[in-house]
Amino acid sequence: MTSRLLLPAVLRRYADDQAEIEIRSGTLGTALDDLCKRMPQLERRLRDEQGQLRPHILMFVDGVSVRSGTPMDTPLPDGAEVFVAPAVSGGSGD
Amino acid sequence: MGLTILLIGTRKGLMIARSTDDRRTWATGDFQFLNQEVYGVAIDTRHDPPRIFAGVGTGHWGPLLTYSDDIGKSWTEPAEPPIGFPQGSDAAVARVWQIQPAPADQPDVVYAGVEPHALFRSDDRGESFALVEGLWRHPHRPSWTPGGGGACLHTVLPHPTDPDDVMVVMSAAGVYRTRDGGASWEPANRGIQAAFLPEDQRFPEFGQCVHKVAFHPDRPERLFAQNHFGVYRSDDRGDSWTAIESGLPSNFGFALVAHPHRADTLYSFPLQADAERFPPEAKLRVYRTENAGDSWEPLSEGLPRDPYYAAVLRDAMVADSADPAGVYFGTRLGEVYASREEGENWSLIASHIPDVLSLRVAEVA
Repeated sequence: MTSRLLLPAVLRRYADDQAEIEIRSGTLGTALDDLCKRMPQLERRLRDEQGQLRPHILMFVDGVSVRSGTPMDTPLPDGAEVFVAPAVSGGSGD
Repeated sequence: MGLTILLIGTRKGLMIARSTDDRRTWATGDFQFLNQEVYGVAIDTRHDPPRIFAGVGTGHWGPLLTYSDDIGKSWTEPAEPPIGFPQGSDAAVARVWQIQPAPADQPDVVYAGVEPHALFRSDDRGESFALVEGLWRHPHRPSWTPGGGGACLHTVLPHPTDPDDVMVVMSAAGVYRTRDGGASWEPANRGIQAAFLPEDQRFPEFGQCVHKVAFHPDRPERLFAQNHFGVYRSDDRGDSWTAIESGLPSNFGFALVAHPHRADTLYSFPLQADAERFPPEAKLRVYRTENAGDSWEPLSEGLPRDPYYAAVLRDAMVADSADPAGVYFGTRLGEVYASREEGENWSLIASHIPDVLSLRVAEVA
């Protein structure tokens, strides 16, 4: 029972240079809890120390954004695709 | 001849400049942490080899506190996040503003100041940090407000001989001091104005936007503060403050640096005002007092004569420990100037880089 996590180029160095990796199905939260054990440096770039999605990250599960509500409770069915992207936000001071 | 390194933290990366000829010339290396802000840097010379710290903001991907034991050739990021609020505290580290090794007789202690307003302490040379709960639970904390740069604890000043005595500076909360190792904290802002408040409320117990505090380790009871409008001295380790800005072209600014050997000598980089963050008269000048603020003199030999419209931020001016002392500052125009003669004359050692946020210098070999 696995899903796939698709990574932007900037994060692949924390995943052995892979563009996508397998993650455990269940919920997004349990999948990232499991990821934290295997690839902690990758996981901490997606979530803060309280387990919340970082503010300027977009995450889509099978094409649907999970930013609203409680993202970590989002179900991850077997074979789901989780797409990660930096939000087009920020830029102050650039 | 030894090796002196100057860490240059910028809005978009870290550069390490090296000098092997007693700071006469500098070689600037490649940029590291590309496109990532480096607000806090430190050089810990208490052990051999020295350890370099960097507080890196990775943009979308959160803050990072990392270190190098080989002068920046490689960087270590522990498997466990070295710094973070405890579970359930409803807070997350947004930025590492300050990394401050403790005095030499506490060789494994390192402090870190972060946003939101909090102090962390490491007892294992920076491998892991624990929240200083006494400050985090301070009854004033709900009333602390962010300064223009955020809700930052930007300055940590451990007492040179008393490990229980630590001072921190926060924007816009002001100066706080512990005398019991962090269990309890008292504000230390008496006499410092909060010019942005209504006239009859301008000397509150806390809430000032103090930009930087500095002192000489041989005289820890004497402190100097650059405030959001006001330059001050305390002769009783923060119990009271008096203005020492007469002779400066402006009482606004960020950077303030104590001389490494003379307790009455101090360097300042004034800016015109909070709404005009340029050098006064657009003249690039460092100001120095040699009598604890009774008088000030401009130092500009070797600096550009053309109008200069860039500020120097709070951690972008430092002094080394040589004698005569070297003084360094970096501007938001992406230039770093150095003087190996106490500010008497200056030379450009780095240019065309992103705006400079933080500098630290040390002789490391």
